[in-house]
Amino acid sequence: MGAGHAHRLYRPAASPVHRLSPQSKLVATVLFVFVVVSTPREAVWAFGLYAVLLAGVAAVARIPAPLVLRRMLVEVPFVLFAVLMPFLSQGERVDVLGLSLSVNGLWAAWNVLAKATLGVVCSILLAATTDLRALLVGLERLHMPQIMVQIMTFMVRYGDVIGDEMDRMRIARESRGFQGRDVRALPVVARSAGALFIRSYERGERVHLAMLSRGYTGTIPLRGEATTAAQWRTALALPAAALLTCITAWVLR
Amino acid sequence: MHVPDGFIDPPVSIAAGVVAVAGLGVCLRGARRELDERTAPLAGLVAAFVFAVQMLNFPVAAGTSGHLLGGALAAILVGPYTGALCVAVVLIVQGLFFADGGLTALGVNVTDMSIVGVVVGYVVFRLVVAVLPKTRFGVVAASAVGAFVAVPAAALMFVVFYAVGGTSDVPVGTVLTAMIGVHLLIGVGEAVITAMTVGSVLAVRPDLVRGARHLQKRLELRTPAAPVGAAHHGSTAQEA
Repeated sequence: MGAGHAHRLYRPAASPVHRLSPQSKLVATVLFVFVVVSTPREAVWAFGLYAVLLAGVAAVARIPAPLVLRRMLVEVPFVLFAVLMPFLSQGERVDVLGLSLSVNGLWAAWNVLAKATLGVVCSILLAATTDLRALLVGLERLHMPQIMVQIMTFMVRYGDVIGDEMDRMRIARESRGFQGRDVRALPVVARSAGALFIRSYERGERVHLAMLSRGYTGTIPLRGEATTAAQWRTALALPAAALLTCITAWVLR
Repeated sequence: MHVPDGFIDPPVSIAAGVVAVAGLGVCLRGARRELDERTAPLAGLVAAFVFAVQMLNFPVAAGTSGHLLGGALAAILVGPYTGALCVAVVLIVQGLFFADGGLTALGVNVTDMSIVGVVVGYVVFRLVVAVLPKTRFGVVAASAVGAFVAVPAAALMFVVFYAVGGTSDVPVGTVLTAMIGVHLLIGVGEAVITAMTVGSVLAVRPDLVRGARHLQKRLELRTPAAPVGAAHHGSTAQEA
Protein backbone atom coordinates (compact mmCIF):
# COMPACT_ATOMS: atom_id res chain seq x y z
CA MET A 1 0.00 0.00 0.00
CA GLY A 2 3.06 2.23 -0.09
CA ALA A 3 3.10 3.62 -3.59
CA GLY A 4 0.51 5.84 -5.25
CA HIS A 5 -3.07 5.13 -4.24
CA ALA A 6 -4.57 6.22 -7.53
CA HIS A 7 -6.20 3.30 -9.30
CA ARG A 8 -4.64 2.04 -12.52
CA LEU A 9 -7.79 2.95 -14.47
CA TYR A 10 -7.37 6.60 -13.58
CA ARG A 11 -5.24 8.79 -15.81
CA PRO A 12 -4.36 11.95 -13.92
CA ALA A 13 -4.25 15.23 -15.85
CA ALA A 14 -5.30 18.83 -15.30
CA SER A 15 -8.00 19.04 -17.96
CA PRO A 16 -11.42 20.70 -17.59
CA VAL A 17 -13.01 17.23 -17.66
CA HIS A 18 -10.84 16.05 -14.77
CA ARG A 19 -11.75 19.15 -12.76
CA LEU A 20 -15.52 18.58 -12.99
CA SER A 21 -17.07 17.21 -9.81
CA PRO A 22 -17.48 13.40 -9.82
CA GLN A 23 -21.23 13.57 -9.20
CA SER A 24 -21.83 15.80 -12.23
CA LYS A 25 -19.77 13.43 -14.41
CA LEU A 26 -21.70 10.41 -13.10
CA VAL A 27 -25.06 12.02 -13.90
CA ALA A 28 -23.84 13.14 -17.33
CA THR A 29 -22.56 9.63 -18.14
CA VAL A 30 -25.74 7.83 -17.13
CA LEU A 31 -27.96 10.34 -18.96
CA PHE A 32 -25.80 10.16 -22.08
CA VAL A 33 -25.94 6.36 -22.18
CA PHE A 34 -29.72 6.38 -21.71
CA VAL A 35 -30.12 8.88 -24.56
CA VAL A 36 -27.90 6.71 -26.79
CA VAL A 37 -29.94 3.61 -25.99
CA SER A 38 -33.20 5.45 -26.77
CA THR A 39 -32.05 6.50 -30.25
CA PRO A 40 -33.71 4.71 -33.21
CA ARG A 41 -31.25 2.30 -34.74
CA GLU A 42 -31.92 3.43 -38.32
CA ALA A 43 -30.44 6.88 -37.56
CA VAL A 44 -26.86 5.84 -38.32
CA TRP A 45 -25.73 9.48 -38.51
CA ALA A 46 -26.86 10.08 -34.90
CA PHE A 47 -24.52 7.38 -33.62
CA GLY A 48 -21.72 8.94 -35.66
CA LEU A 49 -22.46 12.24 -33.96
CA TYR A 50 -22.40 10.59 -30.51
CA ALA A 51 -19.00 9.13 -31.34
CA VAL A 52 -17.78 12.59 -32.37
CA LEU A 53 -19.08 14.01 -29.05
CA LEU A 54 -17.21 11.34 -27.08
CA ALA A 55 -14.06 11.89 -29.16
CA GLY A 56 -14.37 15.58 -28.29
CA VAL A 57 -14.56 14.77 -24.58
CA ALA A 58 -11.54 12.46 -24.90
CA ALA A 59 -9.60 15.20 -26.71
CA VAL A 60 -10.41 17.84 -24.08
CA ALA A 61 -9.49 15.36 -21.32
CA ARG A 62 -6.30 14.43 -23.20
CA ILE A 63 -7.03 10.71 -23.06
CA PRO A 64 -5.01 9.03 -25.84
CA ALA A 65 -7.03 6.97 -28.32
CA PRO A 66 -4.90 3.80 -27.96
CA LEU A 67 -5.75 3.65 -24.25
CA VAL A 68 -9.48 3.80 -24.99
CA LEU A 69 -9.16 1.23 -27.78
CA ARG A 70 -7.20 -1.17 -25.57
CA ARG A 71 -9.78 -1.01 -22.80
CA MET A 72 -12.57 -1.55 -25.32
CA LEU A 73 -11.46 -5.19 -25.56
CA VAL A 74 -13.84 -5.84 -22.66
CA GLU A 75 -16.74 -5.93 -25.11
CA VAL A 76 -15.29 -8.58 -27.41
CA PRO A 77 -17.68 -11.35 -26.20
CA PHE A 78 -20.62 -9.24 -27.38
CA VAL A 79 -19.09 -8.53 -30.73
CA LEU A 80 -18.98 -12.29 -31.21
CA PHE A 81 -22.59 -12.58 -30.12
CA ALA A 82 -23.71 -9.73 -32.40
CA VAL A 83 -22.04 -11.44 -35.35
CA LEU A 84 -24.44 -14.37 -34.88
CA MET A 85 -27.59 -12.23 -34.93
CA PRO A 86 -27.93 -11.82 -38.72
CA PHE A 87 -27.86 -15.61 -39.07
CA LEU A 88 -30.42 -16.32 -36.33
CA SER A 89 -32.98 -13.57 -36.90
CA GLN A 90 -36.16 -14.02 -38.89
CA GLY A 91 -37.77 -11.97 -41.62
CA GLU A 92 -36.63 -10.70 -44.97
CA ARG A 93 -33.19 -11.95 -46.01
CA VAL A 94 -30.44 -10.52 -48.20
CA ASP A 95 -27.45 -12.22 -49.78
CA VAL A 96 -24.10 -10.79 -48.72
CA LEU A 97 -21.02 -12.46 -50.19
CA GLY A 98 -23.04 -15.62 -50.72
CA LEU A 99 -24.39 -15.73 -47.15
CA SER A 100 -28.10 -15.43 -46.53
CA LEU A 101 -28.53 -12.87 -43.77
CA SER A 102 -31.62 -11.47 -42.09
CA VAL A 103 -32.14 -7.73 -42.65
CA ASN A 104 -33.63 -7.36 -39.19
CA GLY A 105 -30.75 -9.31 -37.74
CA LEU A 106 -28.23 -7.01 -39.40
CA TRP A 107 -30.03 -4.00 -37.92
CA ALA A 108 -30.17 -5.66 -34.50
CA ALA A 109 -26.47 -6.47 -34.63
CA TRP A 110 -25.68 -2.88 -35.60
CA ASN A 111 -27.97 -1.65 -32.83
CA VAL A 112 -26.20 -3.66 -30.11
CA LEU A 113 -22.72 -2.98 -31.47
CA ALA A 114 -23.20 0.78 -31.78
CA LYS A 115 -24.96 1.27 -28.44
CA ALA A 116 -22.75 -1.10 -26.46
CA THR A 117 -19.59 0.43 -27.92
CA LEU A 118 -20.70 3.98 -27.09
CA GLY A 119 -21.65 2.84 -23.57
CA VAL A 120 -18.28 1.16 -23.07
CA VAL A 121 -16.36 4.22 -24.30
CA CYS A 122 -18.42 6.43 -22.01
CA SER A 123 -17.57 4.26 -18.96
CA ILE A 124 -13.90 4.19 -19.97
CA LEU A 125 -13.78 7.99 -20.20
CA LEU A 126 -15.50 8.32 -16.81
CA ALA A 127 -13.03 5.97 -15.11
CA ALA A 128 -10.04 7.54 -16.86
CA THR A 129 -10.91 11.11 -15.84
CA THR A 130 -12.20 10.44 -12.31
CA ASP A 131 -10.39 8.70 -9.49
CA LEU A 132 -12.29 5.69 -8.15
CA ARG A 133 -12.49 7.15 -4.65
CA ALA A 134 -13.79 10.44 -6.03
CA LEU A 135 -16.49 8.48 -7.88
CA LEU A 136 -17.54 6.83 -4.62
CA VAL A 137 -17.79 10.26 -2.99
CA GLY A 138 -19.85 11.37 -5.98
CA LEU A 139 -22.23 8.44 -5.52
CA GLU A 140 -22.68 9.41 -1.89
CA ARG A 141 -23.32 13.03 -2.87
CA LEU A 142 -26.01 11.71 -5.22
CA HIS A 143 -27.71 10.13 -2.19
CA MET A 144 -26.84 6.51 -2.73
CA PRO A 145 -27.45 4.88 0.70
CA GLN A 146 -24.34 5.33 2.82
CA ILE A 147 -24.02 1.67 3.74
CA MET A 148 -23.92 0.82 0.03
CA VAL A 149 -21.21 3.44 -0.59
CA GLN A 150 -19.22 2.05 2.34
CA ILE A 151 -19.44 -1.52 1.01
CA MET A 152 -18.33 -0.32 -2.44
CA THR A 153 -15.51 1.69 -0.88
CA PHE A 154 -14.21 -1.37 0.96
CA MET A 155 -14.56 -3.49 -2.15
CA VAL A 156 -12.61 -1.03 -4.30
CA ARG A 157 -10.06 -0.40 -1.59
CA TYR A 158 -9.36 -4.06 -0.87
CA GLY A 159 -10.07 -5.45 -4.34
CA ASP A 160 -6.43 -5.10 -5.35
CA VAL A 161 -5.23 -6.42 -1.98
CA ILE A 162 -7.33 -9.58 -2.35
CA GLY A 163 -6.36 -9.84 -6.02
CA ASP A 164 -2.68 -9.67 -5.07
CA GLU A 165 -3.26 -12.29 -2.39
CA MET A 166 -4.74 -14.56 -5.05
CA ASP A 167 -1.76 -13.87 -7.28
CA ARG A 168 0.66 -14.83 -4.50
CA MET A 169 -1.25 -18.09 -4.06
CA ARG A 170 -0.94 -18.75 -7.78
CA ILE A 171 2.81 -18.12 -7.67
CA ALA A 172 3.07 -20.44 -4.66
CA ARG A 173 1.18 -23.17 -6.55
CA GLU A 174 3.25 -22.78 -9.68
CA SER A 175 6.55 -22.72 -7.80
CA ARG A 176 5.59 -26.17 -6.49
CA GLY A 177 5.14 -27.46 -10.00
CA PHE A 178 1.35 -27.03 -10.32
CA GLN A 179 -0.01 -26.68 -13.83
CA GLY A 180 -3.75 -26.17 -14.25
CA ARG A 181 -4.23 -28.04 -17.47
CA ASP A 182 -7.36 -30.15 -17.07
CA VAL A 183 -10.22 -31.05 -14.76
CA ARG A 184 -7.91 -32.75 -12.27
CA ALA A 185 -6.66 -29.27 -11.34
CA LEU A 186 -10.09 -28.26 -10.03
CA PRO A 187 -9.67 -29.45 -6.41
CA VAL A 188 -6.48 -27.39 -6.10
CA VAL A 189 -8.12 -24.27 -7.54
CA ALA A 190 -11.14 -24.77 -5.28
CA ARG A 191 -8.95 -25.13 -2.19
CA SER A 192 -7.23 -21.90 -3.17
CA ALA A 193 -10.63 -20.21 -3.46
CA GLY A 194 -11.57 -21.53 -0.03
CA ALA A 195 -8.34 -20.26 1.50
CA LEU A 196 -8.86 -16.92 -0.22
CA PHE A 197 -12.34 -16.65 1.30
CA ILE A 198 -11.05 -17.36 4.80
CA ARG A 199 -8.27 -14.81 4.39
CA SER A 200 -10.69 -12.17 3.01
CA TYR A 201 -13.20 -12.73 5.80
CA GLU A 202 -10.57 -12.62 8.51
CA ARG A 203 -9.12 -9.47 6.98
CA GLY A 204 -12.61 -7.97 7.10
CA GLU A 205 -12.83 -8.78 10.81
CA ARG A 206 -9.45 -7.17 11.45
CA VAL A 207 -10.40 -4.09 9.40
CA HIS A 208 -13.60 -3.77 11.43
CA LEU A 209 -11.70 -3.97 14.73
CA ALA A 210 -9.17 -1.42 13.47
CA MET A 211 -12.02 0.91 12.54
CA LEU A 212 -13.71 0.44 15.92
CA SER A 213 -10.48 1.37 17.66
CA ARG A 214 -10.42 4.55 15.62
CA GLY A 215 -13.93 5.52 16.65
CA TYR A 216 -16.10 4.05 13.85
CA THR A 217 -19.78 4.18 14.80
CA GLY A 218 -21.35 2.95 11.56
CA THR A 219 -21.18 6.14 9.53
CA ILE A 220 -18.39 7.91 7.73
CA PRO A 221 -18.66 11.71 7.42
CA LEU A 222 -19.78 13.00 4.02
CA ARG A 223 -16.78 14.01 1.98
CA GLY A 224 -16.25 15.97 -1.22
CA GLU A 225 -17.62 19.29 -2.32
CA ALA A 226 -20.96 20.36 -3.68
CA THR A 227 -21.14 20.91 -7.45
CA THR A 228 -21.43 24.50 -8.62
CA ALA A 229 -24.08 25.48 -11.14
CA ALA A 230 -21.35 26.20 -13.69
CA GLN A 231 -20.00 22.65 -13.29
CA TRP A 232 -23.46 21.18 -13.76
CA ARG A 233 -23.90 23.25 -16.93
CA THR A 234 -20.57 22.08 -18.35
CA ALA A 235 -21.13 18.43 -17.47
CA LEU A 236 -24.72 18.33 -18.71
CA ALA A 237 -23.77 19.89 -22.05
CA LEU A 238 -22.82 16.39 -23.27
CA PRO A 239 -26.15 14.64 -22.56
CA ALA A 240 -28.01 17.78 -23.71
CA ALA A 241 -26.27 17.69 -27.10
CA ALA A 242 -27.00 13.98 -27.29
CA LEU A 243 -30.66 14.51 -26.41
CA LEU A 244 -31.00 17.12 -29.17
CA THR A 245 -29.51 14.59 -31.61
CA CYS A 246 -31.82 11.85 -30.38
CA ILE A 247 -34.96 14.03 -30.73
CA THR A 248 -33.89 15.09 -34.22
CA ALA A 249 -33.40 11.43 -35.13
CA TRP A 250 -36.93 10.56 -33.94
CA VAL A 251 -38.44 13.54 -35.80
CA LEU A 252 -36.66 12.73 -39.07
CA ARG A 253 -37.64 9.05 -38.88
CA MET B 1 -23.25 -12.93 -18.88
CA HIS B 2 -22.85 -9.18 -18.40
CA VAL B 3 -25.54 -7.71 -20.67
CA PRO B 4 -24.30 -4.64 -22.62
CA ASP B 5 -26.16 -1.44 -23.51
CA GLY B 6 -28.63 -1.63 -26.38
CA PHE B 7 -29.62 -5.25 -25.87
CA ILE B 8 -32.80 -4.67 -23.88
CA ASP B 9 -35.00 -1.66 -24.71
CA PRO B 10 -35.09 1.36 -22.34
CA PRO B 11 -38.55 0.81 -20.72
CA VAL B 12 -37.74 -2.77 -19.72
CA SER B 13 -34.24 -1.72 -18.59
CA ILE B 14 -35.77 0.90 -16.30
CA ALA B 15 -38.37 -1.57 -14.98
CA ALA B 16 -35.55 -4.03 -14.24
CA GLY B 17 -33.70 -1.21 -12.49
CA VAL B 18 -36.71 -0.63 -10.23
CA VAL B 19 -36.87 -4.36 -9.42
CA ALA B 20 -33.13 -4.37 -8.70
CA VAL B 21 -33.32 -1.34 -6.40
CA ALA B 22 -36.24 -2.87 -4.46
CA GLY B 23 -34.38 -6.18 -4.18
CA LEU B 24 -31.21 -4.47 -2.99
CA GLY B 25 -33.22 -2.58 -0.35
CA VAL B 26 -34.43 -5.92 1.04
CA CYS B 27 -30.88 -7.31 0.87
CA LEU B 28 -29.44 -4.31 2.74
CA ARG B 29 -31.85 -4.84 5.64
CA GLY B 30 -31.20 -8.58 5.63
CA ALA B 31 -27.44 -8.10 5.51
CA ARG B 32 -27.59 -5.89 8.58
CA ARG B 33 -29.29 -8.80 10.36
CA GLU B 34 -26.67 -11.27 9.15
CA LEU B 35 -23.61 -9.14 9.92
CA ASP B 36 -24.89 -6.51 12.44
CA GLU B 37 -22.60 -3.49 12.75
CA ARG B 38 -19.82 -5.25 10.89
CA THR B 39 -21.81 -5.06 7.62
CA ALA B 40 -19.70 -2.49 5.75
CA PRO B 41 -16.20 -3.95 6.17
CA LEU B 42 -17.26 -7.62 5.99
CA ALA B 43 -19.61 -7.27 3.03
CA GLY B 44 -16.97 -5.12 1.33
CA LEU B 45 -14.29 -7.74 1.79
CA VAL B 46 -16.61 -10.56 0.68
CA ALA B 47 -17.45 -8.49 -2.41
CA ALA B 48 -13.71 -8.10 -3.04
CA PHE B 49 -13.44 -11.89 -2.70
CA VAL B 50 -16.25 -12.46 -5.22
CA PHE B 51 -14.57 -9.98 -7.58
CA ALA B 52 -11.22 -11.78 -7.25
CA VAL B 53 -12.69 -15.27 -7.53
CA GLN B 54 -14.42 -14.28 -10.79
CA MET B 55 -10.95 -13.76 -12.21
CA LEU B 56 -9.91 -17.27 -11.14
CA ASN B 57 -10.02 -19.27 -14.34
CA PHE B 58 -10.36 -23.00 -14.28
CA PRO B 59 -9.84 -25.30 -17.24
CA VAL B 60 -13.05 -26.82 -18.66
CA ALA B 61 -12.27 -28.88 -21.72
CA ALA B 62 -10.36 -28.67 -24.98
CA GLY B 63 -8.39 -25.59 -23.97
CA THR B 64 -11.39 -23.49 -22.98
CA SER B 65 -11.67 -22.14 -19.48
CA GLY B 66 -14.52 -20.88 -17.37
CA HIS B 67 -14.75 -18.72 -14.30
CA LEU B 68 -16.86 -18.76 -11.21
CA LEU B 69 -19.90 -16.46 -10.96
CA GLY B 70 -19.86 -16.93 -7.21
CA GLY B 71 -23.47 -16.01 -6.35
CA ALA B 72 -24.45 -19.33 -4.80
CA LEU B 73 -21.02 -19.65 -3.19
CA ALA B 74 -21.31 -16.25 -1.49
CA ALA B 75 -24.86 -17.01 -0.33
CA ILE B 76 -23.83 -20.34 1.24
CA LEU B 77 -20.76 -18.86 2.91
CA VAL B 78 -22.13 -15.57 4.28
CA GLY B 79 -25.91 -15.83 3.96
CA PRO B 80 -28.31 -15.03 1.09
CA TYR B 81 -28.84 -11.32 1.77
CA THR B 82 -25.16 -10.49 2.11
CA GLY B 83 -24.37 -12.80 -0.80
CA ALA B 84 -26.82 -11.07 -3.14
CA LEU B 85 -25.63 -7.66 -1.95
CA CYS B 86 -21.98 -8.54 -2.59
CA VAL B 87 -22.67 -9.84 -6.11
CA ALA B 88 -24.71 -6.68 -6.85
CA VAL B 89 -21.90 -4.44 -5.60
CA VAL B 90 -19.46 -6.32 -7.81
CA LEU B 91 -21.77 -5.83 -10.83
CA ILE B 92 -22.20 -2.10 -10.12
CA VAL B 93 -18.45 -1.56 -9.77
CA GLN B 94 -17.79 -3.58 -12.93
CA GLY B 95 -20.39 -1.61 -14.91
CA LEU B 96 -19.47 1.83 -13.60
CA PHE B 97 -15.68 1.60 -13.45
CA PHE B 98 -14.60 -1.32 -15.60
CA ALA B 99 -17.06 -0.87 -18.50
CA ASP B 100 -18.06 -4.51 -18.06
CA GLY B 101 -21.82 -4.65 -18.58
CA GLY B 102 -23.81 -1.63 -19.76
CA LEU B 103 -24.93 1.14 -17.41
CA THR B 104 -28.49 1.03 -18.75
CA ALA B 105 -28.44 -2.77 -18.41
CA LEU B 106 -27.31 -2.61 -14.78
CA GLY B 107 -30.84 -3.31 -13.53
CA VAL B 108 -31.10 -6.35 -15.81
CA ASN B 109 -27.70 -7.63 -14.73
CA VAL B 110 -28.35 -7.14 -11.01
CA THR B 111 -31.80 -8.77 -11.22
CA ASP B 112 -30.48 -11.78 -13.18
CA MET B 113 -27.24 -12.60 -11.48
CA SER B 114 -27.51 -11.12 -8.02
CA ILE B 115 -31.17 -11.44 -7.09
CA VAL B 116 -32.50 -14.39 -9.11
CA GLY B 117 -29.21 -16.29 -9.16
CA VAL B 118 -28.65 -16.00 -5.42
CA VAL B 119 -32.27 -16.53 -4.34
CA VAL B 120 -32.74 -19.63 -6.51
CA GLY B 121 -29.32 -21.00 -5.59
CA TYR B 122 -29.88 -20.50 -1.88
CA VAL B 123 -33.47 -21.83 -1.81
CA VAL B 124 -32.42 -24.97 -3.68
CA PHE B 125 -29.45 -25.33 -1.33
CA ARG B 126 -31.70 -25.16 1.76
CA LEU B 127 -34.18 -27.62 0.30
CA VAL B 128 -31.47 -30.17 -0.49
CA VAL B 129 -29.82 -29.63 2.91
CA ALA B 130 -33.15 -30.39 4.57
CA VAL B 131 -33.48 -33.67 2.64
CA LEU B 132 -29.92 -34.95 2.95
CA PRO B 133 -28.44 -36.31 6.20
CA LYS B 134 -27.03 -33.64 8.48
CA THR B 135 -23.39 -34.16 7.69
CA ARG B 136 -20.63 -32.16 6.02
CA PHE B 137 -21.13 -34.24 2.91
CA GLY B 138 -24.79 -33.22 2.88
CA VAL B 139 -23.86 -29.52 2.89
CA VAL B 140 -21.24 -30.01 0.17
CA ALA B 141 -23.65 -31.94 -2.05
CA ALA B 142 -26.38 -29.35 -1.49
CA SER B 143 -23.91 -26.58 -2.45
CA ALA B 144 -23.27 -28.35 -5.73
CA VAL B 145 -26.98 -28.67 -6.53
CA GLY B 146 -27.70 -25.07 -5.52
CA ALA B 147 -24.87 -23.67 -7.63
CA PHE B 148 -25.80 -25.88 -10.58
CA VAL B 149 -29.41 -24.64 -10.60
CA ALA B 150 -28.53 -20.98 -9.91
CA VAL B 151 -26.66 -20.43 -13.19
CA PRO B 152 -29.39 -21.52 -15.66
CA ALA B 153 -31.98 -19.80 -13.42
CA ALA B 154 -30.16 -16.49 -13.90
CA ALA B 155 -29.97 -17.20 -17.64
CA LEU B 156 -33.71 -17.93 -17.68
CA MET B 157 -34.42 -14.56 -16.06
CA PHE B 158 -32.37 -12.91 -18.79
CA VAL B 159 -34.48 -14.72 -21.43
CA VAL B 160 -37.62 -13.38 -19.73
CA PHE B 161 -36.24 -9.82 -20.03
CA TYR B 162 -35.30 -10.55 -23.63
CA ALA B 163 -38.78 -11.84 -24.42
CA VAL B 164 -40.36 -8.66 -23.02
CA GLY B 165 -37.90 -6.04 -24.23
CA GLY B 166 -35.31 -7.56 -26.54
CA THR B 167 -34.14 -5.28 -29.35
CA SER B 168 -33.49 -8.01 -31.89
CA ASP B 169 -35.98 -10.47 -33.35
CA VAL B 170 -33.92 -13.58 -32.87
CA PRO B 171 -36.77 -15.95 -31.86
CA VAL B 172 -37.18 -16.28 -28.07
CA GLY B 173 -37.05 -20.05 -28.46
CA THR B 174 -33.59 -19.89 -30.06
CA VAL B 175 -32.30 -17.55 -27.35
CA LEU B 176 -33.81 -19.80 -24.68
CA THR B 177 -32.21 -22.95 -26.06
CA ALA B 178 -28.83 -21.29 -26.54
CA MET B 179 -28.75 -19.54 -23.16
CA ILE B 180 -29.98 -22.53 -21.13
CA GLY B 181 -27.72 -24.93 -23.04
CA VAL B 182 -24.59 -22.88 -22.50
CA HIS B 183 -25.43 -22.11 -18.89
CA LEU B 184 -26.15 -25.74 -18.02
CA LEU B 185 -22.54 -26.42 -19.01
CA ILE B 186 -21.29 -23.42 -17.04
CA GLY B 187 -23.49 -24.62 -14.16
CA VAL B 188 -21.60 -27.93 -14.02
CA GLY B 189 -18.29 -26.08 -13.56
CA GLU B 190 -19.90 -23.71 -11.06
CA ALA B 191 -21.32 -26.68 -9.10
CA VAL B 192 -18.02 -28.56 -8.92
CA ILE B 193 -15.95 -25.59 -7.85
CA THR B 194 -18.59 -24.21 -5.43
CA ALA B 195 -18.93 -27.58 -3.69
CA MET B 196 -15.17 -28.03 -3.43
CA THR B 197 -14.67 -24.50 -2.13
CA VAL B 198 -17.41 -24.91 0.49
CA GLY B 199 -15.87 -28.28 1.41
CA SER B 200 -12.43 -26.78 1.89
CA VAL B 201 -13.75 -23.93 4.05
CA LEU B 202 -15.81 -26.46 6.07
CA ALA B 203 -12.67 -28.47 6.74
CA VAL B 204 -10.71 -25.50 8.10
CA ARG B 205 -13.19 -22.96 9.50
CA PRO B 206 -16.63 -24.64 9.67
CA ASP B 207 -17.87 -21.66 11.71
CA LEU B 208 -17.49 -19.41 8.64
CA VAL B 209 -19.94 -21.42 6.51
CA ARG B 210 -23.31 -19.92 7.29
CA GLY B 211 -25.16 -22.62 5.36
CA ALA B 212 -23.68 -25.26 7.69
CA ARG B 213 -24.71 -23.68 10.97
CA HIS B 214 -26.99 -26.59 11.75
CA LEU B 215 -23.91 -28.84 11.92
CA GLN B 216 -22.35 -26.88 14.74
CA LYS B 217 -22.77 -28.52 18.12
CA ARG B 218 -23.79 -26.20 20.93
CA LEU B 219 -21.26 -26.06 23.71
CA GLU B 220 -22.61 -27.83 26.77
CA LEU B 221 -21.56 -27.47 30.36
CA ARG B 222 -20.48 -30.76 31.92
CA THR B 223 -20.02 -30.99 35.67
CA PRO B 224 -18.00 -33.89 37.12
CA ALA B 225 -20.20 -36.64 38.60
CA ALA B 226 -17.86 -37.13 41.58
CA PRO B 227 -20.04 -35.93 44.56
CA VAL B 228 -22.46 -38.91 44.29
CA GLY B 229 -19.64 -41.45 44.80
CA ALA B 230 -18.19 -39.38 47.65
CA ALA B 231 -21.46 -39.46 49.61
CA HIS B 232 -21.68 -43.24 49.16
CA HIS B 233 -18.12 -43.63 50.35
CA GLY B 234 -18.89 -41.58 53.44
CA SER B 235 -21.80 -43.78 54.50
CA THR B 236 -19.79 -47.01 54.14
CA ALA B 237 -17.04 -45.51 56.27
CA GLN B 238 -19.58 -44.91 59.04
CA GLU B 239 -20.74 -48.52 58.96
CA ALA B 240 -17.20 -49.79 59.34
